Amino acid sequence: MEKMARVTTALGGNTLTGRTMYCHLDAPANAISVCRDAAQVVVAGRNIFKIYAIEEEQFVEKLNLRVGRKPSLNFSCADVVWHQMDENLLATAATNGVVVTWNLGKPSRNKQDQLFTEHKRTVNKVCFHPTEAYMLLSGSQDGYMKCFDLRKKDSVSTFSGQSESVRDVQFSIRDYFTFAATFENGNVQLWDIRRPDRYERMFTAHNGPVFCCDWHPEDRGWLATGGRDKMVKVWDMNTNRAKEIYCVQSIASVARVKWRPECKHHLATCSMMVDHNIYVWDVRRPYIPSAMFEEHRDVTTGIVWRHLHDPYFLLSGSKDSTLYQHIFKDASQPIERANPEGLCYGLFGDLAFAAKESLVTVDSNRKPYPGDRRHPIFFKRKLDPTEQFESVSSSALSVFETEPDSSSMGWFVDTARRYALAGRSLAELCDHNAKVAKELSRNQVAQTWTMLRIIYCSPGTMPSANLNHSIGKGSTSLPLMNSFSLKDMASGMGSEARLDWSKGENRSENLLLDSSTTLITNDENEETEGSDVPADYLLGDVEGDEDELYLMDHENAHTEEPEYVLPQEAFPLRHEIVDNPSGPDHLQDKADSPHVSGNEAETVSLTPVESFSLISISHTLYESRLPPDFFSALVRDMLRFYAEQGDVQMAVSVLIVLGERIRKEIDEQTQEHWYTSYIDLLQRFRLWNISNQVIKLSTCRAITCLNQASTTLHVNCSNCKRPMSNKGWICDRCRQCASTCAVCHHVVKGLFVWCQGCSHGGHLQHILKWLESSTHCPAGCGHLCEYT
Amino acid sequence: MGAINLSQRGVRQEKRIRVSQPSTRGPSAFIPEKEVVQANTVDERTNLLVEEYSTSGRLDNITQVMSLHAQYLESFLRSQFYMLRMDGPLPLPYRHYIAIMAAARHQCSYLINMHVDEFLKTGGIAEWLNGLEYVPQRLKNLNEINKLLAHRPWLITKDHIQKLVKTGENNWSLPELVHAVVLLAHYHALASFVFGSGINPERDPDTSNGFRLISVNNFCVCDLANDNNIENASLSSNFGIVDSLSELEALMERMKRLQEEREDEEASQEEMTTRFEKEKKESLFVVSRAFDDDIVSTSDVSRYIEDPGFGYKDFARRGEEHLPTFRAQDYTWENHGFSLVNRLYSDIGHLLDEKFRMVYNLTYNTMATHEDVDTTMLRRALFNYVHCMFGIRYDDYDYGEVNQLLERSLKVYIKTVTCYPERTTKRMYDSYWRQFKHSEKVHVNLLLMEARMQAELLYALRAITRHLT
Repeated sequence: MEKMARVTTALGGNTLTGRTMYCHLDAPANAISVCRDAAQVVVAGRNIFKIYAIEEEQFVEKLNLRVGRKPSLNFSCADVVWHQMDENLLATAATNGVVVTWNLGKPSRNKQDQLFTEHKRTVNKVCFHPTEAYMLLSGSQDGYMKCFDLRKKDSVSTFSGQSESVRDVQFSIRDYFTFAATFENGNVQLWDIRRPDRYERMFTAHNGPVFCCDWHPEDRGWLATGGRDKMVKVWDMNTNRAKEIYCVQSIASVARVKWRPECKHHLATCSMMVDHNIYVWDVRRPYIPSAMFEEHRDVTTGIVWRHLHDPYFLLSGSKDSTLYQHIFKDASQPIERANPEGLCYGLFGDLAFAAKESLVTVDSNRKPYPGDRRHPIFFKRKLDPTEQFESVSSSALSVFETEPDSSSMGWFVDTARRYALAGRSLAELCDHNAKVAKELSRNQVAQTWTMLRIIYCSPGTMPSANLNHSIGKGSTSLPLMNSFSLKDMASGMGSEARLDWSKGENRSENLLLDSSTTLITNDENEETEGSDVPADYLLGDVEGDEDELYLMDHENAHTEEPEYVLPQEAFPLRHEIVDNPSGPDHLQDKADSPHVSGNEAETVSLTPVESFSLISISHTLYESRLPPDFFSALVRDMLRFYAEQGDVQMAVSVLIVLGERIRKEIDEQTQEHWYTSYIDLLQRFRLWNISNQVIKLSTCRAITCLNQASTTLHVNCSNCKRPMSNKGWICDRCRQCASTCAVCHHVVKGLFVWCQGCSHGGHLQHILKWLESSTHCPAGCGHLCEYT
Repeated sequence: MGAINLSQRGVRQEKRIRVSQPSTRGPSAFIPEKEVVQANTVDERTNLLVEEYSTSGRLDNITQVMSLHAQYLESFLRSQFYMLRMDGPLPLPYRHYIAIMAAARHQCSYLINMHVDEFLKTGGIAEWLNGLEYVPQRLKNLNEINKLLAHRPWLITKDHIQKLVKTGENNWSLPELVHAVVLLAHYHALASFVFGSGINPERDPDTSNGFRLISVNNFCVCDLANDNNIENASLSSNFGIVDSLSELEALMERMKRLQEEREDEEASQEEMTTRFEKEKKESLFVVSRAFDDDIVSTSDVSRYIEDPGFGYKDFARRGEEHLPTFRAQDYTWENHGFSLVNRLYSDIGHLLDEKFRMVYNLTYNTMATHEDVDTTMLRRALFNYVHCMFGIRYDDYDYGEVNQLLERSLKVYIKTVTCYPERTTKRMYDSYWRQFKHSEKVHVNLLLMEARMQAELLYALRAITRHLT
C-alpha cells in the first residue's frame, strides 16, 4: 500500500510530458526496459548496451555499459530488465547463456556485478521479482528456468520445463510465489517458486512457440500470451482450468505483449517478423487494432510502457537501430480508416447491410429481424465509458429480402449456358451468340454481337444471308425512322436506379451517351416496344428539345420488374461513359459519313429527326473499310458500358471471344475485375462448368491460376464407404489402399477412369491400352467394358 | 559423341563394381543389402507411408534407406510430398524442373532421373530437358540463386532477391520464390544424403519414355564407389593406429568428460571466438585432396546448370572481403525463418519445422553397442559443425566440443557430404566410426542433410526478409 502511494506521488509530482521522438542507436536493439522513475531507459542488443535519459524533447545518452576494448559475448544481450525497486540494478540475458547483473552504483567504469554461467544455451528472458529485491528469474533455450538470489553466487533453484526451450518467464504481479513460463512447444506452465520439482499447472496455449506472456497489472487472474501462430490470447487463471477469454488475431507472429497501464482491456503487441508496427488492441474488439504506431522501419524488438501508471507513453526499440517514444495522441487509428459499412448477398438474393447506426435513417416502425425479414434489424453494442477509442458505438444490420420473382435471372443462366466462347471462328461465335441473345429477347445484346462480327470479320467471309438473319428480320418490319428508341441496357439495375440516372445527367451528357448508345443498339424491335412507349416516358427534362429523344424503358429485354427491391444506396450510380468521351466524339466527327456497313439490301439508318448524328449502315462504304483497330476504342467503351450496367456477362463474353483483338485495350486490372465478378456470379448460380470454362479461357494470369488453387476432390473409401480425409488413395480407417488399377495393381493417384458397368478401372493410360486389345474388363469380372 | 562415351564408361564401371563389391546390390552401395531389407520387411508402416506420400508410387531406394528411421521418414515424406504435389504457388512441372536444377548442381543423376520422369508425367514440356537454353527465362533466372544456394549460400543478398521479384515479364512473385527456394534447398540437401549414403540407381529403370538418358543413368553412383584412384594420406594413416573399438570407448569417455567438465571449465569469450574460428579454419584442411573443378563439367548433367565450375569455397578462406559471420541467434529458424516461410507458402513452415525438430531430437539412446547413452551432445556437434562450415555461429555453443567429439575422418566425411557430396566415396563412409551400425550412420546423414537444408534456408530467407524491410 505504501509502495503504491509512493508511485502515485512520483507520477503526480513528476507528470510525464513529452512528444513523439526518437534517437538513433548505433546498432539494432534486442530489448529495452525502463527505470522505475520513467526517466531513463536501457537499450540492449548484440552490439549495444546503453542507458538513455528521456528528456522533454529528446533522448540523451547517459551511459554506455559496453566497456572494454574487445567486448565479450556477455555483452551480447537477448534481454534486459531494470529492477522496479532498485534503480541501480539491471540484469541482462546473454546469447551465450550467461545471466549478468549490473550495478549502476559502482564507481568504476565497468558496472558488471555478477555473472551466472549456469545455463547451457542462450538465455531468452530474465525477470526480477516485482517486490523482492534480490530475486531474479531466467529462462533459457536449454529448457531450464533458474531462480537466483543476488546475494549468493549460484542459483537457488532450478525448474525444469521437461520440454524444449523456455521463451518467456514472468513473475505474477499479485501472487508472490507464482510465475508463468512459456515454451517453444506451445505450452504455458505455472510454477510455485517454492516448489522446483513440479509445475503447478500446464496448458497448451498456442500452436507453435509461445514467444511472450504478460500478467495483467490489476486483474490477478489474467495472463496474456502471444505466439508464433499470430494470436494473442488472454487467459483467465482463476478457474481450475485456464480459460481463454479473449483472442486477438494479429497479422504476424507476436514477439512481445504488454498490458497497457490503467486500461483494463488494452494491450500492446509487436511482431518478430515482416510487420514493423506496434499495435494497441482492445481485446474485446479483436479484429482491428485500436491504435497503431508505424514509425519503425524494421521489426520492433522491444516495447515498454514508460510508466507503470501512465497509459499514454510507449517506448520501443527496433532492429532498425532506433529508439522511439510514442505518444498516444499521435497514434494512427485504423478504425478511422476502416470501412464502417458492410454489404453482402445471401444465397437467395437477400441482401444484408450493416452500418453505423447514425448512418442509417431511423425508421420508427422498425421491427426485429425474426418478425419480418423485410425490415432492418439492429444490434446494439454496450458502451464502456472508460474507453476512448470507442468511436463506433453501435451498428445496425439491415436485411432486405428479394421478392420471389423480382430478380429472376433466368436469362443470365440461359445465356451463360448457351453462349459459345471458343472453338469456332469469330464470325460463327458472334452469330451464335447473337442468336442466343435474340432468342432470349435480348435484342440489344444480339445486336451488339452482330456489330462485333461486322467490325472484326472481313467482309469476304461474311455471307449476307447470315446477316439478314440477325438483323434483317427485325429491321424489315421497322418503320424506318422518325423516332427511334434508345434502349437502356441496365440489365442489372432496377428501373428506379435508371430513373435517377437519366435525371441526374445533364443535357449534353445525355447527348453523348445517346450517341454512343446508338451505335451499339438497334431499333429492330421497335414495334414491340411501341406499345410500351406511352407509359414509360422518362425524360421530362429533354422533352421539347429539338432532337426529340425518347428514352424508353426497355422492359421486354429482361424479365425484371420495377419493384426490384434492392436499395439504391447499394449501387453508386456510375456512368463512366461520360468520362470517356473520346469514342463518341470520334464518332460524331464522322457522323456524316456513315461507315458502319451491314447489309446492302437493308440499310438501317439510325437517324434522329434532324441534326442528330446520322449513322447508317451501308455496304458501299464498307468497301473502303476501316481497320478493326479503328473501332477498338469504341468496342472498349461498349464493354465498359455493359460492365457498368451490371451486365458483366456480356463484357467478359465479348472479351473472350475477341481475345487478342481487344485485350490490350483494356487494362489488366479491369479485366481481372470483370472476370472475377462474372465467375463469382456463375458460381452463385452453380454454373460450375461454365465458370471453369471462363477461367480456362481467360488470359489474365490471376484468373487462370484460380484453377490451380484448392483443387481437392473428396472421395469415399471403396471399402468402408467413409470419407477419406487425408489422401485420396489410402483410407485412414481401414488402412487399405482404396483405388488400385485393375491392370497394374498399383494405387492410382492421378486420373482414375472406371467402368460404370462393373466399377472396375485404373490408370487412364492402362485402361486405354487394355481396351485396345481386349473388350473384357481387366479385372476379369467378365463385363464387357467400353471406353468412349 | 559424349553421350556414347559416357554410357560405355558407365557400363564398364558397373560391371566392375558388381564383381568387386557385392554390397552394391540393394538400395545403397555403402550399406549391405540385408541391413536395409531386414529393417524393411518388418516395417509395414513404411509401406503405408510410401503409398501415401510417394509421388512415384514405388518404394525407391532413398525411402528404403531412410526407413531405417521410420519416425523421421514420415515427416520427410510428408514435407516432400507437400512441396511437390499439394497446393502451392508453382505449377507441378516447374517444381520437378527446379528439383532437377538443384540436383544437377551436385551432378546427382539419381535425383535427376527420378524427376525427369516425374516432370514428364506431370505434363512438363519435353523440350526443356534439353537444357537450360530451352526453358523459359523465368526459370533460367533461378539459376543464379541455385548456384549460390548450393555452394556458397552466404553470398546471397537481397539484391539477388530483388532481381528476381522486380516487376517485369519474367518476375517471380514472393510466394513462388519461396516455394522455389524451399525446393532448391531440399534437393541440394537430399543430394547430400544420396551421395552420403551411396544410394544406388533404381533397379528397374522405367522405360516408358524415351527421355531417360542412359548416359546419365549410370553415371555418378559408379564414381562413388570408385575411390581407388584417390589416395588420402591422412586418412589411411589413421586406419592402422587407432583400434576401432578403443576409438569408440575414447569417444564415450570424451563425451562423459565434457559433460562433467562443463561446470568448472570457464572459457573466456575470446577463447570461444577463437575456437569457432579455429574450427572454421580447420575445416579448410579437412579435405586436402585437390579436385579439379572441371571434372564435373563433362557430364550431361551440366546442361541444367550454368557455371558448373562454381563450387563450395571455404567460408573461412573467403579472401579479402570480410564476410560477417551469420549469428544464429539473430535469425533463427524457429523465430524468423518459420514465420516468413509460412507466411508466403502456407503450411510448409509447419512441415519443415516438424522435420527439423524430428531430426534434431531423434535418438535411440544408443551408441554402437552401448545403450542408454545421451547422444544430445554428439547430435548437436554434428548439426553445429555443418552450420559452422556455412559460417553460421551459435553464441551459446563451445566449438571446442566439435574438436573433441568429431574425429578427423568423420570431419572429412561431413565436409565432403555437405560441401561436395559428389566426391563422397565408400572409403570415407567406412572410415569413420567403424564400430557404429549402419543405421546410425544413416542417422548421421539425416542430420547432415537437415542441417544443410536449414543453413541454406536461413541464408535465403534472411535475404528475403532484408528485401522486405
